[in-house]
Amino acid sequence: MARDDQKQPVTIGEQLRRAGIPRRDFLKFCTELMIMAPVGLAITKKAWAGDVAADLLKTVRPPVIWLHFQDCTGCTETLLRTSKPGVADLILNIISLEYHETLMPGSGRQAEEQLHSAMKTYAGKYVLVCEGSIPTKGDGIYFKLGGKPGTQLLEEAAAKAGAIVAIGSCASWGGLPSAGDNPTGANGVADLIKGVPIVNLPGCPPHPYNLLGTVLEFVRTGALPELDSALRPKFAYDRVIHEHCPRRPHFDSGRFAQQFGDDGHRHGWCLYKLGCKGPDTHAGCSTRHFNEMPDVWPIGIGAPCVGCTEKGIAFNVPIFQNASVHNFTPPATYPPIATGAGHPAHIATGLAGLIVGSAVGAAWTAAQRFQSSQESAAVNPPEPPKELVPVSHEKSNEDGGGI
Amino acid sequence: MSITRRQLIKIGIAGGASAALTGTAVAAEEPSAPRDAVGMLYDATLCVGCKSCVVACANANGLTPDTRLDPLHQSPVDLNSFTKNIIKLYTPAAGESGPYSFVKRQCMHCVDPFCAAACPFHALSKDAVTGIVSWDSDKCIGCRYCQLACPFETPKFDWDAFNAKIIKCEFCKERQARGLEPACTYVCPKKAVIFGRRDLLLREAHRRIENSPGKYFDNRVYGEVEGGGTQVLYLSTVSFDKLGLPNLSADEHPSHWLRWQERVMKGFVLPLTVYGVIVGFLKQNFREHDKEMNEEQKKTGLLPQI
Repeated sequence: MARDDQKQPVTIGEQLRRAGIPRRDFLKFCTELMIMAPVGLAITKKAWAGDVAADLLKTVRPPVIWLHFQDCTGCTETLLRTSKPGVADLILNIISLEYHETLMPGSGRQAEEQLHSAMKTYAGKYVLVCEGSIPTKGDGIYFKLGGKPGTQLLEEAAAKAGAIVAIGSCASWGGLPSAGDNPTGANGVADLIKGVPIVNLPGCPPHPYNLLGTVLEFVRTGALPELDSALRPKFAYDRVIHEHCPRRPHFDSGRFAQQFGDDGHRHGWCLYKLGCKGPDTHAGCSTRHFNEMPDVWPIGIGAPCVGCTEKGIAFNVPIFQNASVHNFTPPATYPPIATGAGHPAHIATGLAGLIVGSAVGAAWTAAQRFQSSQESAAVNPPEPPKELVPVSHEKSNEDGGGI
Repeated sequence: MSITRRQLIKIGIAGGASAALTGTAVAAEEPSAPRDAVGMLYDATLCVGCKSCVVACANANGLTPDTRLDPLHQSPVDLNSFTKNIIKLYTPAAGESGPYSFVKRQCMHCVDPFCAAACPFHALSKDAVTGIVSWDSDKCIGCRYCQLACPFETPKFDWDAFNAKIIKCEFCKERQARGLEPACTYVCPKKAVIFGRRDLLLREAHRRIENSPGKYFDNRVYGEVEGGGTQVLYLSTVSFDKLGLPNLSADEHPSHWLRWQERVMKGFVLPLTVYGVIVGFLKQNFREHDKEMNEEQKKTGLLPQI
């Protein structure tokens, strides 16, 4: 692949000119990039696509080495399925894909040789893209390439990399292979490698423009875009799905699909009660749909979000379990003017009146009785004892006499 | 039971002194807002009910969203310990006709605040410059007199808290100290609620009424004189009592009533006189009682029993 590049670095502009790609097509690509990553990237912080293009055309094509570990190749598939830019444009002209097991024609020793020569030629400059988790249990016997365990392969490739992009949830923290008991001891790249700039692009799969934006930003500015605490670039993962979901009005109006295929589901109502993890999940899917087709993303086709970009949610939290809402906003309904608070019900007033009335009545009756007993005592005063003799208590009780 | 001549003279002197003192009490002045009083003008005809102000208020004041009614939304039904600002909806009752209207409710920041007048420890006080009515946690004893006194039902008690607070709009005074306008007026997309000096806002309200005669209810601004005037002003097509704003006349304000209380309580003389009379009666009664007891003891030789 692209053997000429090994002799001298070629800019994207030069490569496009050689391949006869019209400037107009490249402008379209730059526009797409601006739409996909409108904020958070230095390369798209321009007035218009022409400025982005002028900047990128001067950029030397980034050499990319793509390693597969415990993966399903879904992240590669998402890159191949993107139509703007087409895969040929992408790998031949914009990035310089030096090694990719799925896409390269070579195999066996030829492929191994290409990997080593690319690592040697672009030492310290290439972007290492890792797809899939790296198993660590049993001395790495669960994954081997060219007789070497995955951990060793990653260490060697990472030592000479300019930056590492962990694409997909598996490479970011273990993903699907690490779910449950994690039988192979699957780890993400950032768990194993230190000292090299690492960016996580979680997702199952992530949006291809997240990769393009990150790689182009790195080769143009020499630095990774701003990252969050989970090492995800903020330009793509800064907000939760829920904040920008096209079905949000249904959520606010209380219109929820209760089960798959019911009337609400068919009418495109909110999927929260079917377990949608939108409120918990940081990703740009709600604004960047896949394959450049409107509504091509899970929620768009009626499937609740599984939270694939969040460690601890996808593959860990049951798909149909309700997510927790973090930013509460008002519903689409309004409280009435008078809510009834502070105005006791008539029945309560009646009850309270009954209680007070009976208390007053009881007090009055008691007072009357007390008075009459006082009066009778005054009329018939009790006989004073003739002589005061000390009597024991038992005696007085036996006599039945009181005091 | 009889009052001796000597006692009667004593009571008479005290009563006369108190009457003389209370007579000197001057009538309180009519309340007026400070010259630089800040204000808010809410025009219900402009409000679209987006509730941006409800969210912005909660964020600016660090309030926990009220999710007690609906666990997924910030859904207060009224002003409460989670809510300093709320948008409510008036819809005509069944059978009635007429327009619907939103209404924004928060503290009215009265020119003569009822809550401050009711507060026994001046925990609620009105700023002399801005006229903002605010609450001081160091002075509050939690008696909630302010809640009972407020005709707008604004101050709310934090029932769930161990160290409870009185929660009410304080006009975003921290934001104002930083030179920012209140969060609710800042976010309002329709400028249905605007912030400014009270006198200028009143002028603006009257300008709107003049420009569209008949559009606004009664061609008047609620809060100009109601309850002695408020610093939050309302314009609406729907009558104000339908929006939950009480019908208050211009002289229904605390200082109107407090001037009588002041006369009565001046120098604490009248209460002392009343207490004196009561104590006098009690002493007299006890004296008679003691006399009777002694006589009884002499007659029977037994210790008197009650």
